[in-house]
Amino acid sequence: MKAMIRGNESIAYAFKLARVQVVPAYPITPSTLVPEKISEFIANGEMNAEFIPVESEHSAISAAIGASAKGVRVGTATASQGLALMHEVLFIASGMRLPIVMGIGNRALSAPINIWCDHQDMMSARDTGWMQFYAESNQEGLDLGIMAFKIAEDPRVLLPAMVGLDAFVLTHTVEPVEMPEQKDVDDFLGEFKPNYVILDPKKPATLGAFAFPEHYMEFKYGQWIAMQQAKKVIDEVFEEFENRFGRRYRKVSGEFMEDAEIAIVTMGSMTGTAREFVRKLREKGEKVGLVKITTFRPFPKEELISVLKDVKVVAVMERNISHGFGGAVYAELGSAFVNQPSRPKILDFIVGLGGRDITFKTFEEVYGVAKKAIENDVDEVNWVDVNKEAVLKAEGLL
Amino acid sequence: MNYENQEFFAPGHGMCAGCAAPIVVKWVLKLAGPNTIVVNATGCLEVATTPYPRTAWRVPWIHVAFENAAAVASGVEAAARAKGEKLNIIAFGGDGGTADIGFQALSGMVERGHNVLYVLYDNEAYMNTGIQRSSATPWGAWTTTSKVGRANPIGELRPKKPIARIIAAHNASYVATANPAIFNDFKKKVEKALQTEGAKFLHVLSSCTTGWRHDPSKTVEIMRLATDTGIFPLYEIENGDIENMRITYKPKEFKPVEEYLKMQGRFRHLLKNPEYVKKLQEDVNAWWEKYGHHYKK
Repeated sequence: MKAMIRGNESIAYAFKLARVQVVPAYPITPSTLVPEKISEFIANGEMNAEFIPVESEHSAISAAIGASAKGVRVGTATASQGLALMHEVLFIASGMRLPIVMGIGNRALSAPINIWCDHQDMMSARDTGWMQFYAESNQEGLDLGIMAFKIAEDPRVLLPAMVGLDAFVLTHTVEPVEMPEQKDVDDFLGEFKPNYVILDPKKPATLGAFAFPEHYMEFKYGQWIAMQQAKKVIDEVFEEFENRFGRRYRKVSGEFMEDAEIAIVTMGSMTGTAREFVRKLREKGEKVGLVKITTFRPFPKEELISVLKDVKVVAVMERNISHGFGGAVYAELGSAFVNQPSRPKILDFIVGLGGRDITFKTFEEVYGVAKKAIENDVDEVNWVDVNKEAVLKAEGLL
Repeated sequence: MNYENQEFFAPGHGMCAGCAAPIVVKWVLKLAGPNTIVVNATGCLEVATTPYPRTAWRVPWIHVAFENAAAVASGVEAAARAKGEKLNIIAFGGDGGTADIGFQALSGMVERGHNVLYVLYDNEAYMNTGIQRSSATPWGAWTTTSKVGRANPIGELRPKKPIARIIAAHNASYVATANPAIFNDFKKKVEKALQTEGAKFLHVLSSCTTGWRHDPSKTVEIMRLATDTGIFPLYEIENGDIENMRITYKPKEFKPVEEYLKMQGRFRHLLKNPEYVKKLQEDVNAWWEKYGHHYKK
């Protein structure tokens, strides 16, 4: 069945179809529509769940942990400052190995305050032990939202997962999606049975104990192993999903990559524009390809090496910045290649922060630098579409 | 079913000798019985009772962080409701985790009316990190961040935050102050809280031998004095009706506050100046003058 929905609704529908039992959430632009929609589903009797209108995002994720530990399926949603406010608790959700799924309306962080799209929020949560998926479209948001439960709840994984949808570009934009049937999703996910120790008076257990140096590291190693296992489980779930619903997902998807000399790496909604740009260049005979990263945690190192190893230049386009070094994707992709016998030149392009449009002009500039880099030395980290002169003047450098 | 002869809080935990918190926990659990889930804020109680892989808890127990016990309890309660399970959900937090850093989460939990009993064990400072002042530290107490010296001979300069009345103002189903040294009153309040639907809050005084600087054998005696001097009055408030607060215990004869102060190192400096003792006595007298008529047998 086709439905016209906004990105936020794709998360809400994923929760409904997954028969999520508890949703603690707090309003924040641009993900507010998720709890609104859940509230509507419950009010209409379409969804049998407990909605907790918590007083902060910190409490949203804390309540999510409590509910998940009690042994129910839990979903929540947030963005930007809200995700940052959750930060300490994110580590606890993953450390306690609770398969919570969270939709993120990927939004810039203050200051200056800005409600529009970039990936700084989720990238800053990179090390919290959560799996991370980035959607290109509302269809992907819905599908990844459903699959995230299956991956997170797999006994080999038991890790929480975030599904990112670009602020406004996806969260508030209506797109046609193929809405799966409830029965098919029920079959796909199976009835929720917690594969972990829960709070049950019949079997008292202590959760969240105090670990001394002689035990702490083993817990962390357990999470490391779970993330490694997740790589395989994600592939399995993507495949099972494709067999059942006919839509194909990969941690990393390469397009136009045969004989490509330059590869543009993207995440999220900019991929649509990138695809069109690359297609047009291909028509002109340019040897350029596109690589989309859907799964950022666990980092798809092997897949990226495999798809990018033969190109001359990789242009990473990313909507986040780690001041003092560069973008997170660039840093990790570089690390992925560091022990390879040969590797492409890898360049970083910081684009689209705080909702700045990523247009063909952006791609043209990126492609120009990448092409130049085949023969010449260029800057490794490049800021695109930014008024550098004004900034350098303000900083007293011009 | 009566579980008073059963222990749900096992001996062998690492709480200090003379600490009142284990008395509180042990009795709350005996009165609640095994059909209970405990949520614990970070603090002495959490640290000293769950050194992995050992635990002192014979009921399901969860700790997440310092400031969010009330939010975690909200989630546990919602999940229990989703599963159609009826059980006691009890949160324990110290004064820092409850009245300071955990205040927002607690306010939310109570305002939303979750069916949870939140028990504050109030030892009047951040004891787990080494006796730093909290909003529950009383005027005149020495702590490591309200130090006493030439420029400040008093120590803590602010009065104790009236957390029970603040929580009651959220229209909590049941709020009470309690003191395990006034045992019958304490027990009645725990039972009443457990039998009441909605958000319940018990503000329980809990002495700390290291922070209050007292002999571990004097715990009960000192805590009894806290109420018998009138410093820690025992009352209850139902459904946010603060005007009809009910004082549940009144000593036959109030003892002078000095008796309470002199047993504790944290107040030693106050005794050097009769003005300070007088001020505290006047504060207590003023409270009872204002609220004493709420006492009902």
